[in-house]
Amino acid sequence: MYSEKVMDHFNNPRNVGEIENASGVGTVGNAKCGDIMRMYLDIDDNGIIQDCKFKTFGCGAAVATSSMATELVKGKTVQEALQVTNKAVMEALDGLPPIKVHCSLLAEEAIHAALWDYAEKHNIKIEGLEKPVNDISEKEEEEEEDY
Amino acid sequence: MKYIYLDNAATTRVAPEVLEAMTPYFTEYYGNPSSIYSFAGKSKDAMEEARAKIAGILGAKPEEIYFTGGGSESDNWALKATAEAYANKGKHIITSTIEHHAILHTCEYLEKHGYEVTYVGVDENGIIRLDELEQAIRPDTILISVMAANNEIGSIQPLKEIGEIARKHGVFFHTDAVQAFAHIPLNVDEMNIDMLSASGHKINGPKGIGIMYIRKGVKIGSFIHGGAQERKRRAGTHNVPGIIGMAKAAEIADAKMEERMAYEIRLRDHLIERVLAEIPYSRLNGDRTKRLPNNANFCFRFIEGESMLIKLDQKGICGSSGSACTSGSLDPSHVLLAIGLPHEIAHGSLRLTISQETTMDDIDYTVDELKKIIEQLRSMSPLYEDFVKHQQ
Repeated sequence: MYSEKVMDHFNNPRNVGEIENASGVGTVGNAKCGDIMRMYLDIDDNGIIQDCKFKTFGCGAAVATSSMATELVKGKTVQEALQVTNKAVMEALDGLPPIKVHCSLLAEEAIHAALWDYAEKHNIKIEGLEKPVNDISEKEEEEEEDY
Repeated sequence: MKYIYLDNAATTRVAPEVLEAMTPYFTEYYGNPSSIYSFAGKSKDAMEEARAKIAGILGAKPEEIYFTGGGSESDNWALKATAEAYANKGKHIITSTIEHHAILHTCEYLEKHGYEVTYVGVDENGIIRLDELEQAIRPDTILISVMAANNEIGSIQPLKEIGEIARKHGVFFHTDAVQAFAHIPLNVDEMNIDMLSASGHKINGPKGIGIMYIRKGVKIGSFIHGGAQERKRRAGTHNVPGIIGMAKAAEIADAKMEERMAYEIRLRDHLIERVLAEIPYSRLNGDRTKRLPNNANFCFRFIEGESMLIKLDQKGICGSSGSACTSGSLDPSHVLLAIGLPHEIAHGSLRLTISQETTMDDIDYTVDELKKIIEQLRSMSPLYEDFVKHQQ
């Protein structure tokens, strides 16, 4: 059901791990639905993403899209990283089964959530960036009460 | 690569003796049992012998066994035809929250057509709450349908007690015995069962064949309309090879039941003991002892089921999971939620179902690989990361 690229990124995920004192960290998803992605960004003074790491709780597609997303944003500027869409992640993976498309959306949102955190921490505004709806970095408790 | 097949609750291998028994009915005795000439009589005789064998295993009369296209059809038939035939008496049906979708989705269908359904809950081990069941009975209740054993967590339901309650209140009792038939002892008279569904392919028989036991006196009509087969209650040319195969498989399973149960329980318990002892933050789902001999079902915290299944597959191990990603929806298994597990834990479930062909080495290899896989997946899980930080 998965492309070779997806299986490759699932079996050998790139950039798994954490970044200590990261410039920005974003966690998106929902344990209820079975996918949580956390993205760590190390951004230098010129606004270039020097390093990117992730941790993911989820299915094969969730792991592969997170892995591919880290590859796509590494070395890019903040503005360029913002242009990495779920479509780009999917295309880079040679497609996903229809039921797994939401995983690629989550990957896009994970990047946005990490950038949002970076912007907040550094008191800057990133043109075109809105707070991702699935960001659960700060509202975890309130989410749980809903269920 | 060698496969270690631990998904026998999904389906089983057709036993060589079963295939051998079926083969002549494809190529030699291919006559339609409904035909008049003596050539077709061979198929008819074999079919009636098969019916009698299955009846014997259940303690039923041969004329109370009806051949169907499988377990789902039998479940649909039992529910829809009872609802229709007894609508004058009432439009209320009782079932459990952990039934197979063949029952639950049929109940939802009936709810859309003017029937009321009460879903009785289960305890934390997946056993139906008998007091709740009895309290749910109303004057307009026409049917109680509770599975014999759960397909996911293997919990065996107290059929005898349910049958007594049903009989006491004059309500029919149907049981979906797809996972239990020829795996554990079942007797329709001792358990007061009025209708029972079973399937061929869960017992080393062929796919596409099932039975429904209908007690004499239960006046439900046909579900598949057409010819006069099965005493006008189930139309369609008989699947003779399937019927022969299912009966042969049931005969073998029944003859070796005690021996097989003991063997499977020994392997199952070894699997459960090793997993719980060697994998941290793991739990067994379902009752420790009141469970099918071949079923083990675990949850591993902080990881998701599909990832686990893909990694097991790469090691040649076939298992299944109740995670959302494997169910095709966003919700994890309704059974795991019904026993009170939170969503994020239910997503990390793994069902391993053994057979008489599984060996102790298979089990040890599986646990060894599983340990590595879980460790690997946890190392990349943000939930595990948070948990470890919280512990510190």
